[in-house]
Amino acid sequence: MSDLLRLEGVSKRFGEFVAVHDVTLFIPAGRLTAIIGPNGAGKTTVINLATGALAPDAGAIRFKGDPVTHLSIHDRVRRGLSRSFQIMNIFPRLTVLQNVLLPVLCRRGRTGVALTPVEGEREAVAEVERILGEIGLLDQRDAPAGALSHGDQRLLELGIAIAPGPELCFLDEPSAGLTPVERATVLELIRKLFAERHTTFVIVEHDMDVVFSLSDWIVVMNRGRVLAEGPPAEIRENREVREVYLGEELTA
Amino acid sequence: MGVRPSRRLAVFLAALVAALFLFPLVARSYSLYLAMQILILSVFSLGFNLLFGYAGLLSFGQAGFFAVGAYGCAKILLAVPNLFLGLVGGIVAAGIVAFLLGILCVRHTRIYFSMLTLAFGMMIFSIALKWRDFTGGDDGLVGIPRAPLEIPGLLTIGVANLEQYYYVVLVVSLLSVLGMYRLVHSPLGLTLQAIRDSESRAEFAGVPVRNYRLVAFTIAGLYAGVAGALLAPLENTITPPIAHWSASAEPVMATLLGGIHVFGGPIVGAFLFFMIKDIIVRFTQYWLIWLGAIVVILVMGFRGGVLSILVERLMPWRPTRPMVTRRKA
Repeated sequence: MSDLLRLEGVSKRFGEFVAVHDVTLFIPAGRLTAIIGPNGAGKTTVINLATGALAPDAGAIRFKGDPVTHLSIHDRVRRGLSRSFQIMNIFPRLTVLQNVLLPVLCRRGRTGVALTPVEGEREAVAEVERILGEIGLLDQRDAPAGALSHGDQRLLELGIAIAPGPELCFLDEPSAGLTPVERATVLELIRKLFAERHTTFVIVEHDMDVVFSLSDWIVVMNRGRVLAEGPPAEIRENREVREVYLGEELTA
Repeated sequence: MGVRPSRRLAVFLAALVAALFLFPLVARSYSLYLAMQILILSVFSLGFNLLFGYAGLLSFGQAGFFAVGAYGCAKILLAVPNLFLGLVGGIVAAGIVAFLLGILCVRHTRIYFSMLTLAFGMMIFSIALKWRDFTGGDDGLVGIPRAPLEIPGLLTIGVANLEQYYYVVLVVSLLSVLGMYRLVHSPLGLTLQAIRDSESRAEFAGVPVRNYRLVAFTIAGLYAGVAGALLAPLENTITPPIAHWSASAEPVMATLLGGIHVFGGPIVGAFLFFMIKDIIVRFTQYWLIWLGAIVVILVMGFRGGVLSILVERLMPWRPTRPMVTRRKA
């Protein structure tokens, strides 16, 4: 399996606090990876480092073999690396359609078009409608995104994240704050997108049911380090992991 | 419904444009002068609102670019008596200055951006005031001619009297409005609104956010330049106060009056600004206090500006579109 993303000895500190320490992580294509760990373990920081929201203090990051350590966020998106956010991050005053249209226009290099109406971007709009169909928001295409329910906003966020057509997509707690029914919808959607789109997902999750039912590979982080990684069955049996993180939840 | 609502709006706009073209037949010179001031402030405010309402950046320095346009146009007209060259020169100069200062300004957002634009605006004011040899200092530039508009090999129009010049201001303003309308409804307009809503989400959608902010800043500067360049031949005299930060407040006030989230808001606001000023000035020289009070009342009572309220009342099919929603998400 070829590695899509490689973090090599990556570290990040905020003042005295070491958020991520010497993390080495290979994300192969086609394997659904989950990153778990207690609060403050450095999971979101790893996403921020990989996607360019933060610059590492040490280490190197390679995407599809190319060094991307110092590339800007939008350059990494263009190369096929996208993400969703832990805290809801959509364009609230734009319509649902426009929310997904932006990344699609961007990938097609059409965001600089200044004097023709956006409705004239037929191919892009058709592509957006396909994506809205996939995430089940097509009937709300003209609603302001800020007016959607929390669950639908989560789906929309997923739609925005996959709209650039990424090869690798980080999902930061995609099921946070959802009802069990909505959570099932989101998980089913991730599974479906993974199967149909050839997008490799890396999810950060707190919900153990989600993690163990969804992922092929689990990375456990604690205090900024990678504690263990392996297939779910192996992680479930790992003593150290159980002690620091999983606790009674899995031994029961 | 007999007539489609959008049709009614189109009819209204066509009638308005026709009325503007026929206006000199009935208007006296003071009304014409006022109409030109309104048109100029409309263009100025539309540019300002591209930054504010669409890109989410509040600039307090737009008068600086307005002044570059005005002084640029004036200097050219004093040297070469051709209005076309004057207008183009003033606009290009404003665009270049906006681009260069924009490179520094768009590195910041929110209050930091506003303070930077305020500082740069005041720097331009100081230059206008102190560089006597070029700008005439506090005497300004006087005797700016309304030279004929000459496009070599195409046309020559005399614009010496006020009616003729009115048509220049009207045509340039209408073209500017049309251009801005197309711009905000284009993919570029959508991109700017997305950046306003969430900078980080836009960046992660693949948008080089800073470059797009610079584009918006430069276009806003160009529009300020258009407005300034049109003012110079109208007034015949240009003095440093047009670059002062209090002049930068005019498009802010006009835009707040009319509404930031409706395309026509700045235009309606510019109209209201001069109407209110014109009425109050008859009673008191402290008209700014009253205008300020009216803006406060409108901002607090009519959140979103006058035009937003009108749109919601008269065109109930519009508010569902997020461009005109008043609700903060």
